[in-house]
Amino acid sequence: MGPVANESVIRVVGLGKSYETAAGLFPALKGVNLDIQSGEYIAIMGPSGSGKSTFMNLLGCLDTPSMGDYFLAGSNVAQMAKDDLAILRNRTLGFVFQGFNLLPRMSLQDNVALPLVYAGVDKETRRAKARELLGKVGLGQYAESQPNRISGGQQQRVAIARALVNAPRLILADEPTGNLDSHTSEEIMRLFGELNAEGITIVLVTHEPDIAAHAKRQVKFLDGEIVSDHLTEHAPA
Amino acid sequence: MLKAMLGEAWLAMGANRLRTALTMLGMVIGVGAVVIMMAIGQGAQYAVQQTISTMGSNLFIVLSGSFTASGVRSGSAGAPSLNVADADAIAELDGVMNVAPTHQGTRQLVYGSQNWSSQVIGTTPAFLDARAWNIVNGAGFGDSDVRSSTRVAIIGKTVAENLFGADDPVGKTMRIQQNPFLVIGVLGSKGQNLDGRDQDDTVIIPLSTAQRKVFGTPFLGSVRMIMVQADSAEAMPKVMENVTSLLRQRHRLREGMPDDFFMRNLSAAAESEAETTRTMSILLGAIASISLLVGGIGIMNIMLVSVTERTREIGIRMAIGARQKDILSQFLLEAVMISFAGCLLGLLIGLGVALGINLFTGMVIVVSGSAALIAFAVAAGVGIFFGWYPAQKAARLDPIEALRYQ
Ligand SMILES: Nc1ncnc2c1ncn2[C@@H]1O[C@H](COP(=O)(O)OP(=O)(O)OP(=O)(O)O)[C@@H](O)[C@H]1O
Ligand SMILES: [Mg+2]
Repeated sequence: MGPVANESVIRVVGLGKSYETAAGLFPALKGVNLDIQSGEYIAIMGPSGSGKSTFMNLLGCLDTPSMGDYFLAGSNVAQMAKDDLAILRNRTLGFVFQGFNLLPRMSLQDNVALPLVYAGVDKETRRAKARELLGKVGLGQYAESQPNRISGGQQQRVAIARALVNAPRLILADEPTGNLDSHTSEEIMRLFGELNAEGITIVLVTHEPDIAAHAKRQVKFLDGEIVSDHLTEHAPA
Repeated sequence: MLKAMLGEAWLAMGANRLRTALTMLGMVIGVGAVVIMMAIGQGAQYAVQQTISTMGSNLFIVLSGSFTASGVRSGSAGAPSLNVADADAIAELDGVMNVAPTHQGTRQLVYGSQNWSSQVIGTTPAFLDARAWNIVNGAGFGDSDVRSSTRVAIIGKTVAENLFGADDPVGKTMRIQQNPFLVIGVLGSKGQNLDGRDQDDTVIIPLSTAQRKVFGTPFLGSVRMIMVQADSAEAMPKVMENVTSLLRQRHRLREGMPDDFFMRNLSAAAESEAETTRTMSILLGAIASISLLVGGIGIMNIMLVSVTERTREIGIRMAIGARQKDILSQFLLEAVMISFAGCLLGLLIGLGVALGINLFTGMVIVVSGSAALIAFAVAAGVGIFFGWYPAQKAARLDPIEALRYQ
């Protein structure tokens, strides 16, 4: 148990989340167990309403569980204070949303650099890092542009650059290609593949088997529970 | 970090310029009003202080006649109840510095073809000492002039200007009631008194001369008024008490008989005048502060709208690592910046208007650095106070709820 726990980036034990609704408590997640090792590339699948986003939000420290424990890089997140969670979101993980979630009226470079502002990094370093990552996602020439001037695929690349800027161990992506056409989706998936090859752990949610096929391991959710968990049979070349 | 946040606050303010400008306008008006009101209030205080300082200190006057519920009543026979001997006796009392019996009235002055109507005061040399009034040109008269009723005069600046024009009045002869008077001195300027009367429009002559030649009193040696100056403010009540008993004794008033004179404490009257202007000044400031309060509420209102509008943005910021205090300071900074910018503008406009008032109405305006400093501190305070609640609301948002907000 010891060595395994040390290796785990994410370890989830009996994790559950219930929402308060008009009809009473609704259990969206019913005590899930999952271990994710450093360097893994996981696709989470499942029908709509099966609790995928609920699970991802918990992993991303955006929401707090109703029950169970969540160890992120060894420490128990379920008992952390709000500001400590903010620091985890800032340093340890990067979150990529379906809707990109860039800040309007702010250049792409400033968008990418924003997590560094909250990390207390000085201006010169912020600039250099943001430029470097925009270059990495192939958008170096758009550094001064505003988000509404570029395409959806490009915006998602900027969002990925932002998620990467603090050199996190883990990228969480909830349907990152959900708003993109298949060609652009392929480009984004290639980028994730490269990042994983560099050693970054990736967990992404998708509805499409083609997209999931890029991952090395596939976890299926149904009604708030994990119903299957297996390695991808034909990993892409 | 702070620089980055300032830049962001600036961006946010620029994103909705009209709204920012209107919000600022509340502060501009508030601070402007405070600056103008304080300038006027402090100006009035300054003017009163100035006047009081020209009056002479620790003064009271004794007037003949009795002071009844229906007002002042002169002695029944028409003769003033006070006389020069009373004044001399008062001068012997402890704590009395100067005593000056006076007789005054308005008379026509003539010099060559020039005419001028002025207040003529017949008194003794002690009068100038009591009033701390100095002679800037020529000399004053002495007690011997009072004894021998010489026809000499000391004139105020206004009289000198209106009667003698460019001529040097000293050594010239003017007429009061057909009687020639030699001008021997010109008084330093004192400006207006508390009632707004020009104190420089005055001629001072020896008391006996005034009574014989100018006012023609049938009761020689009697006076209607004696001015008394005490050593100190502390000595005033005691001196006034002693003067009362002295005069009652001298006038042979038995117990139960009313005084045939009454006293007025000039210094106390001046003090109460100063107190009045001080109160007015505070009141003006307080009323103006209400507009500052309204400006602050405007800021709070707009910040609340802004927080609601930017809920999603707050969610995104939290998702990438903003702590509560980061969000709090972002919105607080925005509120303080709006407040400060408004304050700066209000300060400039307020100063401009205050100067304009001074230029066009001649009203005394005092703008102190401390007033400006207070305005700035208040603006920062207003920004923080009224920005706090919205900023706190933003910082307390739940990240996932904020992200879901449409
Ligand atoms: N804030 C909420 N309040 C109440 N119920 C919620 C809330 N969020 C999610 N749910 C419910 O919880 C269940 C799981 O939702 P979740 O968003 O995790 O599903 P999902 O697997 O991500 O679906 P999709 O594929 O459509 O994104 C759903 O039935 C949903 O209606
Ligand atoms: Mg979902």
